[in-house]
Amino acid sequence: MSDRTAAAAPLLKLRGLEQVFDTKKGPVAAVGGVDLEVRAGKVLCLVGESGCGKTTTARAAAGITRPTAGAVEFRGKPLADMTAGERTAYRRAVQYIHQDPYAALNPTRTVASTLTAGLKRHGLVKNRAEARAKAAELLRLVDLTPPESYLDSYPHQLSGGQRQRVNVARSLAMDPELLICDESTSMLDVSIRVSLLNTLGRLRDDLDVGFLFITHDLAVAKYFAWDGEIAVMYLGKVVEHGPTPEVIGNPQHPYTKALIGAVCEPDPDLARANQAAEQLRSAEIPSLTDLPAGCAFHPRCPAYEPGLCDAAEPALERTGAGGRRVACHVVARGRRTDDRTLTLDAVPGSRRPAPTGAADDPNQTTGAAWSA
Amino acid sequence: MSDPILSVRDLAIAYRTGRKESVTAVSGVDLDLYEGQSLALVGESGCGKTTLGLGLLRLLPGLGEITSGSLTYRLKDGGRADLLKMKKEQLRRFRWNEAAMVFQGAMNAFNPVIRIGDHFADTLRDHSDGRRWTKAAVEARAGELLETVRLDPDRVLQSYPHELSGGMKQRALIALAIALDPQVLVLDEPTTALDLLTQRSIVQQLHELRKKFGFTMVFITHDLGLAAELADRVATMYAGRVIETGSARDIFHGPKHPYTAGLINAVMPVKGERPALESIPGYPPSLKAMPEGCAFNPRCAFASDECRRSRVELELLTERPLAMDHAVACRHHDQVRFQRKQKENANV
Ligand SMILES: Nc1ncnc2c1ncn2[C@@H]1O[C@H](COP(=O)(O)OP(=O)(O)OP(=O)(O)O)[C@@H](O)[C@H]1O
Ligand SMILES: Nc1ncnc2c1ncn2[C@@H]1O[C@H](COP(=O)(O)OP(=O)(O)O)[C@@H](O)[C@H]1O
Ligand code: SF4
Ligand code: SF4
Ligand SMILES: [Mg+2]
Ligand SMILES: [Mg+2]
Repeated sequence: MSDRTAAAAPLLKLRGLEQVFDTKKGPVAAVGGVDLEVRAGKVLCLVGESGCGKTTTARAAAGITRPTAGAVEFRGKPLADMTAGERTAYRRAVQYIHQDPYAALNPTRTVASTLTAGLKRHGLVKNRAEARAKAAELLRLVDLTPPESYLDSYPHQLSGGQRQRVNVARSLAMDPELLICDESTSMLDVSIRVSLLNTLGRLRDDLDVGFLFITHDLAVAKYFAWDGEIAVMYLGKVVEHGPTPEVIGNPQHPYTKALIGAVCEPDPDLARANQAAEQLRSAEIPSLTDLPAGCAFHPRCPAYEPGLCDAAEPALERTGAGGRRVACHVVARGRRTDDRTLTLDAVPGSRRPAPTGAADDPNQTTGAAWSA
Repeated sequence: MSDPILSVRDLAIAYRTGRKESVTAVSGVDLDLYEGQSLALVGESGCGKTTLGLGLLRLLPGLGEITSGSLTYRLKDGGRADLLKMKKEQLRRFRWNEAAMVFQGAMNAFNPVIRIGDHFADTLRDHSDGRRWTKAAVEARAGELLETVRLDPDRVLQSYPHELSGGMKQRALIALAIALDPQVLVLDEPTTALDLLTQRSIVQQLHELRKKFGFTMVFITHDLGLAAELADRVATMYAGRVIETGSARDIFHGPKHPYTAGLINAVMPVKGERPALESIPGYPPSLKAMPEGCAFNPRCAFASDECRRSRVELELLTERPLAMDHAVACRHHDQVRFQRKQKENANV
């Protein structure tokens, strides 16, 4: 690993990312200060309910929108400071895979034409035959074989799962280093979903592609980001972030706990037990134009404490070992109690990893894969 | 036990695809449901769940048609009726009063320019004979239903559909579907496209509604977790046929059809361990190119030459009647050994 210092530095870094939209009802902070990193060959999963800002974060990360504050950095270089040439390289290196495969493919183009449009635009293929050969190779990469039976198809002739794959294949044409996948496995059947995840997993492991992976599905997050991290978003903020096995196996934030508790497993006996699970105080998500005071989760939180939770907003703070960060007053109070008993814990005071020094010791940074 | 509330026999449904062409989307379906049972129809997309669900109420779109079979309901007055023999006027009375449907993608089913309150008024007035629904009566009934699904009637009745979240719309639609107290409620993918926590609240409300109103429920889903949560009975569909049916425990603890077992194995557990990913190879067949013999044979690890030649019917595995039994349509079902991989994890 030590000879791959470059690979240990993050590919993508979001620093204090904010996206405020002006709407009729006033400013909407769809993303309110997000700090995250993605490394080559690693996965960062963003999970959370609809409207919590996942897509908005992903679009800013992909350079599709310009954040209203904060920065997106690719290989240490802020997007805003890039030269035209650097931007073109960035556009090729970072590919965005759209939420809805039905909307994402042009219905009037054949698969071959869709797959080669980008290559032609960037002058990466010399002639038609070369373009077609490249398209066939891409289809093989996503298990659409034999490619000949798909090259001349139109999107309406393909199933949802096949379209999904064409969509992935198109983004691979540019040999990307980072894929930003937005819900690319939702609404698929279990069997198709598993095989698509296997395909994406090969890109991650064999081609060292990094992933910013957005999903509603915690099982998909667990499986695809097992060696990576999960960041749970709620109303524009990250409320819990850490290594996947820990976030899924031992969630700390009451919102993460509620999400994991809400999963129905395919076993009627477990389901019965589930019915007794702790309930949220409210099913509705507050509006971004009318955010609750203090912790934005407090009107729904089963652990809510009046006077504490509705007074001030909890900060996203490191808790315990293993690089977990949680934004919750009650968790923070528990940690302070722990800190007093565990005098060996030397974390406080040096919570911010130095931005460049991080690359010197990859072993130390893997546990702390974020920027403050 | 009394007669089933709904008996389906040898039902077949086809869609016309051209002047003289049609495809068979559902065939040979036999199902019985007792009063108060909830049945989940599961299977991959395109296997005919929606078509069968619509067929149960004769709500098929213009090009769809029931081509054979029978659909017998026990009505509120105790009489029995074959839905397929009903005239237009009888059907109008039957729907909403005896059986109602919540459509797939229902979140978009409300007319966007009509307030929720007026949707209730229209439904109540259009579908009940002999009863005059005054404004106050509509509001009282709608209010009662909305409160049962934990919506604030004062706010929701005045709202236009776009002013409600997806979860609120879905709950309002369920309330609307049961406005005339139907005995049977068919729901097509009632929680798909909703957030996890919203799904959970819908599930909880369906439990409560069933407890309160006692209707029989058929719901369609490709989410096996939801089926385990809500269903007493499960029917797996493949290529337009019911290939296995049984109690939720029969199906989830001991599936006998390789397809059902494959579907359950392909579910990725969130809680507990992380067993290897499993999948069913290939895709469901196209209606225009059905494999010979058992339609599942190209994807089946147990397929024999016989499977490639001929298909077997649903076979009852015990002596119980159909609505209580475990039945499977697989000639090698005794070879299917199902091992539950997932262990309970008390921490989560
Ligand atoms: N262009 C825009 N103008 C105004 N508000 C916007 C705009 N784009 C997004 N929003 C709002 O920002 C919030 C976050 O939206 P976003 O699409 O990022 O959510 P998401 O987490 O991706 O949700 P989903 O899971 O449904 O895809 C929402 O409240 C949304 O309505
Ligand atoms: N209006 C229609 N015309 C022709 N074929 C249809 C129509 N609606 C559905 N089908 C076909 O019938 C089959 C079953 O579809 P459907 O009942 O919607 O399945 P499911 O609900 O299980 O996804 C599919 O092959 C589908 O393409
Ligand atoms: S700060 Fe309070 S309201 Fe917010 S998540 Fe923690 S316990 Fe719940
Ligand atoms: S009948 Fe044969 S092909 Fe069909 S599911 Fe059973 S073993 Fe497989
Ligand atoms: Mg989104
Ligand atoms: Mg359907």
